[in-house]
Amino acid sequence: MFSKWMSRATLGALTLAATMGIASAKSTITVGMQLEPPHLDPTSAAAGAIDSVLYANVFEGLTRFGPDGSVNPGLAESWEISEDGLTYTFKLREGVKFHDGTDMNAEDVKFSLDRARAEDSVNAQKALFEGIKDIEVVDPLTVKVTLSKPNGSFLFNMAWGDAVIVAPESIDGIKEKPVGTGAFVFESWLQGDRIELAKNAEYWGEPAKLEHVTFKFISDPTAAFASVMAEDVDVFTAFPAPENLPQFEADPRFQVLVGSTEGETILSTNNKMPPFDNVKVREALAHAIDRQAIIDGAMFGYGTPIGTHFAPHNPDYVDLTGMNAYDPEKAKALLAEAGYPDGFKTTLKLPPPSYARRGGEIIAAQLAAVGIEAEITNMEWGLWLELVFSNKDYGLTIVSHTEPMDIGIYARPDYYFQYDSAEAQGLMAKLSETTDPAARSGILKEMQELIAKDYVNGYLFQLAALTVAKAGVQGLWANAPTQATDLTAVSWVD
Amino acid sequence: MKGLWLGAILVSVFVGAALLSLVWVPYDIIQMNMAQRLQGPSWPHPLGTDHYGRDMLSMIMLGARTSIAVALVAVGIGMGLGVPLGLTAAARRGGWIDEIVMRGNDLIFAFPSLLIAILITAIFGASAVNAIIAIGIFNIPVFARLVRGGALSLWTRDYILAARVAGKGRARISIEHILPNLTNLLIVQGTIQFSLGILAEAGLSYVGLGAQPPVPSWGRMLADTQTMYSIALHLALVPGLSILLTVLGLNLMGDGLRDLLDPRVRRAAR
Repeated sequence: MFSKWMSRATLGALTLAATMGIASAKSTITVGMQLEPPHLDPTSAAAGAIDSVLYANVFEGLTRFGPDGSVNPGLAESWEISEDGLTYTFKLREGVKFHDGTDMNAEDVKFSLDRARAEDSVNAQKALFEGIKDIEVVDPLTVKVTLSKPNGSFLFNMAWGDAVIVAPESIDGIKEKPVGTGAFVFESWLQGDRIELAKNAEYWGEPAKLEHVTFKFISDPTAAFASVMAEDVDVFTAFPAPENLPQFEADPRFQVLVGSTEGETILSTNNKMPPFDNVKVREALAHAIDRQAIIDGAMFGYGTPIGTHFAPHNPDYVDLTGMNAYDPEKAKALLAEAGYPDGFKTTLKLPPPSYARRGGEIIAAQLAAVGIEAEITNMEWGLWLELVFSNKDYGLTIVSHTEPMDIGIYARPDYYFQYDSAEAQGLMAKLSETTDPAARSGILKEMQELIAKDYVNGYLFQLAALTVAKAGVQGLWANAPTQATDLTAVSWVD
Repeated sequence: MKGLWLGAILVSVFVGAALLSLVWVPYDIIQMNMAQRLQGPSWPHPLGTDHYGRDMLSMIMLGARTSIAVALVAVGIGMGLGVPLGLTAAARRGGWIDEIVMRGNDLIFAFPSLLIAILITAIFGASAVNAIIAIGIFNIPVFARLVRGGALSLWTRDYILAARVAGKGRARISIEHILPNLTNLLIVQGTIQFSLGILAEAGLSYVGLGAQPPVPSWGRMLADTQTMYSIALHLALVPGLSILLTVLGLNLMGDGLRDLLDPRVRRAAR
């Protein structure tokens, strides 16, 4: 009974606050997104939707990504790197508290990193922590990380959502009730519908400008369009129907942000499955595909053609689109050379996003033109993860790899596209030991050329970050350097 | 009679389009042309183009073929299995065969038809063939019941009694005397089930459980372009009206045929 009264009182207060909020500047926001997180622990699942809700808002790491992809100080105020590049001494911020009131200190950092790199860790990006040899608590605000070999991307690695700092006190319930250090406190999760966050009044840094945040999950593109049009949501990130953007642009109620993402959208090819084990066949695929037609047809022009697995906005990007220019005649000749003059039959298994479903239809038509019959099977994410990603039971599929700097997947022979190249593995090993920026850049370029030359996958386009927001919202990230919806700087124009 | 004619015209337009598509369509729909996409109706493309620049008229013609093929085979399955079951049940009225057949029918009827279809496609995967099986299965009890009901009233007739006295077996009577008298009933019901089959096929492919791309299907044409209706209305109107007009035509035809063929209705009309 008491709790009922309490909830009524809170409800009243909230309603009051909301009414008052409209009178002055609005301080609540509703963010729509397509995918709902499976649970709320960013350190134990690959699902990007978890980071989309919680990264920077609820959880923070030692370092954090800025809107431009730069690596900035996070919970670590500063750091010192030893001469040999093996020891990182992080100075932590003072007075940082977890949302449950406990202090964030060096012990928590040690706990988090040890947990992530442990033998039985379920962290989806264990490779980020591989080089760590030892973590030492010097004093409550100083932590010393020793690496087994120099790692030029260590600070970058620590900024990932998979490397956020969690507390041993709250780790057990983290999947349902995430406790972090961020500017927003997790409030509630109504499964299948919404997650609510509230402002953290005791935040260590610049406090959030918004009092209350609601993430609403709307998977159907038509419903997404309707929800924005009806102003049920204030912001929709990764808007799933690019064909509707011109309408929003023309409407003074809305603004459309078009930015870059780390999402290389590729025609993943099962490199171990005949005939795709023949590089000539893969090269033929590359020439059979008209990238611009896919970008126009599937994304209504939003997207940048790529020729390798690397983000075009990255300074180390090499433009290799010329290597796989659209040339169906050449594709046919290559197929004949490879021993398939009449083409062959294969499978094209497509996950739900529209870039995959529409892109798949277009690619199937383009492949048919050179004699390759790709049988389309549409599947839900769960089935796709099981059949394609885990069991590697596919010929071709389309998916966007949204992790930043993920060219390292080409050094993993057991990864779902099964590219096994000693040269690629050697390059990536060399990269992780190199700290000199110029040398790193050189290796990255070499790697890009190698996978383009081996035609590992069909490189299609870089996914664009498409955000629709009400005209009065400011401070949103236009680009998506990592999967995140950082709302800490978002506010309404008065 | 007007209804029958209107229905027959509508149906023959779509059946004609489907038949024509076997030998000729205005454009090859495998070829996509992004430069031509989302065009409204024009002379070269009387029904406009879709989001891949494919000719909508060609898509509708090929889609009609899918719809009609699926519905026709599904009704065939329903009749092929439902009619013998119904005849047997009526011939053995009150026996255990009758009981099994009718309770089996009740079981299938108890599930909403679309649910059965979703169940089947969920187990065996989405394809036109599975859509046919799914729609066919829920056609079985429709025909079984219809035939049993019709046959039961016929079994009490004097000429059936005469046939029995003449020494004909139940099976022979069913085939030689009962079935011919049910033909009209079956034609009418078949037409109506055919229209329901077209609707079911459109519904299944709309939710992604029918024919898979690149096989064109009216339902999927609607689903694929849902987010584009606000910029190109013809994407909704063309397949939507095709479904509507075909189903309307079949229903009008079904009603008209009943007026024409069913003696009871004919008597009442006079």
